[in-house]
Amino acid sequence: MIEVINLSKHYGDKKAVNNISFKAEDGEVLGFLGPNGAGKSTTMNILTGYISCTAGKALIDGIDILEDPVKAKKNIGYLPEIPPLYLDMTVKEYLYFIYDLKKCKLPKISHLQDICSLVKIDHVYDRLIKNLSKGYKQRVGLAQALVGNPKVLILDEPTVGLDPKQIIEIRTLIRKLGKNHTVILSSHILSEVQAVCDRIVVINEGRVVANDTEENLSHKLTGDNKFICKIDGKKDSVMRLIQSIDGVDKVYCDAEHKNDICDYRIESFEGKEIRYELFNKMAQNGFTILELRSAEMNLEDIFLKLTMGEAIPALEESNNYEEAEN
Amino acid sequence: MGAIFRREVRSYFTSPIGYIFIAAFFAYAGLMFSSDSLNSGYAKMDSMFSSLLTILIVLIPILTMRTISEEKRTRTDQCLLTAPVSLGGIVTGKFLAAFLVYTAAVSITAVMAVVVSIYGEPDWNVIVGNIVALLLLGGAFIAIGIFCSSFTESQVVAAVISFIVLIAVSFLSTIGGLLPALDEGHWYTKVIEGIRTALEKISFGERYIEFTYGIFNFSNVIFFISAVAAFLFLTVRVLEKRRWS
Repeated sequence: MIEVINLSKHYGDKKAVNNISFKAEDGEVLGFLGPNGAGKSTTMNILTGYISCTAGKALIDGIDILEDPVKAKKNIGYLPEIPPLYLDMTVKEYLYFIYDLKKCKLPKISHLQDICSLVKIDHVYDRLIKNLSKGYKQRVGLAQALVGNPKVLILDEPTVGLDPKQIIEIRTLIRKLGKNHTVILSSHILSEVQAVCDRIVVINEGRVVANDTEENLSHKLTGDNKFICKIDGKKDSVMRLIQSIDGVDKVYCDAEHKNDICDYRIESFEGKEIRYELFNKMAQNGFTILELRSAEMNLEDIFLKLTMGEAIPALEESNNYEEAEN
Repeated sequence: MGAIFRREVRSYFTSPIGYIFIAAFFAYAGLMFSSDSLNSGYAKMDSMFSSLLTILIVLIPILTMRTISEEKRTRTDQCLLTAPVSLGGIVTGKFLAAFLVYTAAVSITAVMAVVVSIYGEPDWNVIVGNIVALLLLGGAFIAIGIFCSSFTESQVVAAVISFIVLIAVSFLSTIGGLLPALDEGHWYTKVIEGIRTALEKISFGERYIEFTYGIFNFSNVIFFISAVAAFLFLTVRVLEKRRWS
């Protein structure tokens, strides 16, 4: 549905977007994640034809946005970072204007009514936009993007400035819309992307640093062979016992709590199952396993790891320290 | 284009700008009409038409200052530029809306002509020619105003730029007149003469005043229409350029 091929945008010497490529399939909700200034909005502005790219291509439903902008734009509903609202119009007048502007063919009154009840703005339909609260303005912006039922929805930070209840509502709505539309959603809020998106493209300093589902991302970055284990028992004996297990590669002590309780990080060799033996050995020696979990990274960790480069200094240092101790 | 045209017309009349523009034009034209024609018992309206040039230089920037600058400031241009409409359509829609408001203001001169015809025998050919000329001049001024509005996000800056540009294009021939008149024989006499003639030829004021003398010169009509087309085209290029920069 959307294909971006080697897209670049330079502002003078600054490379806002640097040779990025990704695809969004039909009916997919794609999350566009990156810190502020990573190039998310620039990419979205290029996709919607608001600005042009320096190099590369953006295809919407197979149509190049630069070659046939009018046809390509018919497939797009765009909610920019700041909703493009005419404050001197009522919601009704504004949506009528957008309907005419997009040369929509659907039955006007019923179509607009459907949209209004979907984004829950029917009760402010006759009010001036300038008198609406930020949350409602955002919804009117979303309604505007939905007019004409475009195949692709591009939403730039759609929940910014909303209260928690509204955020949940908008997220639910986006999930719902994702069933019939291809949605690209940008955000720097990790939980949002986690809650809404099928796939995540992480972008940093104008480059794509990751492009996968959340599960795969955390898999790739941590693998199946790392566990966090909380054990009650004398540290040295526990460490020795764990190391004696067949298949254990490395073991670190991450944190020491009261009464000999420690957190251990265990890395096993690829494909080796160590958990049964770990359990049995600890039980035989009278040590209690209080917690055992796979050390998958959550989105926060992934994001930090990807956007700050491979080495997270603080983490890395503590690892070395622990390793030396062992 | 149609949607933009309708929205623009509507916004002229939901904000005070449309009313202020029309009221100021009515007031000034009425003043000139009563002093030049009514009070002096004169069945011609040429002096009123020629004095309207001055008020247009002041009023047209007010009409056009927000056309594009305001869209930029409030970011509503994102909505227009990402909609399936061409840039040409957007600019033309805005031009036609401003032109419609302007035509509404100019229509008062037709009423004045009717008043004159009650008491005297006006030359209808000249009056119709004058109204056409006023519409052409206004159209060209509006195109210039929209062009100036596309450079900035501030309405005030847009108004000031268009005001200066309108003064300049209206009085180019006066600027030409300031050039020193030199004796024959100097090698640059011809150059200065050339510049003076060129300035006169492209002076909006000079071409407009010709109409008020009762001369309906078709080349002047073509001149104004070309000016409209040229400045609208330039506006499209400015918008296009911003997209590429």
